[in-house]
Amino acid sequence: MSFAFYLISALTVAGGLAAVLLRNIVHCVLALTVAFAGLALLFLQLDAQFAGFAQILIYIGAVAILVIFAILLTRDPQVSQGKGMFSRTWVTGLLIAAAVFAVMGWAVLASAPALPNETSTPSVTVLQIGDALMSRYILPLEILALLLTAAIIGAVIVAMHEKVRSK
Amino acid sequence: MTGIVTPLTGYLVVAALLFSIGLAGALTRRNAILVLIGIELMLNAANLNLIAFWRYAPHPEALTGMMFAIFSIAVAAGEAAVGLGLVIAIYRHAHTTDLDQLSRMKG
Repeated sequence: MSFAFYLISALTVAGGLAAVLLRNIVHCVLALTVAFAGLALLFLQLDAQFAGFAQILIYIGAVAILVIFAILLTRDPQVSQGKGMFSRTWVTGLLIAAAVFAVMGWAVLASAPALPNETSTPSVTVLQIGDALMSRYILPLEILALLLTAAIIGAVIVAMHEKVRSK
Repeated sequence: MTGIVTPLTGYLVVAALLFSIGLAGALTRRNAILVLIGIELMLNAANLNLIAFWRYAPHPEALTGMMFAIFSIAVAAGEAAVGLGLVIAIYRHAHTTDLDQLSRMKG
């Protein structure tokens, strides 16, 4: 366990915590971007260069910007003034999240000796990934393309301005 | 948890922590967009698990975990687009994104 791992995970967890705890929603998205960047650095630490840079491109470049746009389009004057930012049932939600973390942490630590621990560094090039995407994973890739097209069309139709229907 | 902490265990614990933070955010915040942010954090924690298992498993050259993570990232991007589209549609209809006020299925 290197010092870099502790530093990056502390940054990532702090970004995640800030993303769910801050009052201003725009600040939340900025904190979320920090968490995404930390995760990309963790991917790079794990020698997954392609996944790390895909994370930066897709999450920081696209998803965070999309969330910012959605926030600016749905400015809610009521939320910003008073009325706590947490829902009425926040105690239950917090208890459920703590219980989930307790179970997962216990499972990970209890099974630690049985987990695989290869020490050799995998040398996977982008060429190999592209090759696998075009041969063994061609069917999932095509299905994914279809899914993304359907998702884009669906999102546009759902968010499109409704025509005023005459009754 | 000293002594037996392998690198994989460290990554799994970080992923579990991120997942729980995202779950807590999704369950406790009032704003619909912040619930989506929590869900994104949970998806990212799952991706970290996949990549960590790919890295420390016996056959990384098979690329299975890596491919799973890449496909998961792409599906999560589609999920974010549709989810935010739904939030915008609901805001246009109800003029709020406060989930405590959006308690009716009927429009």
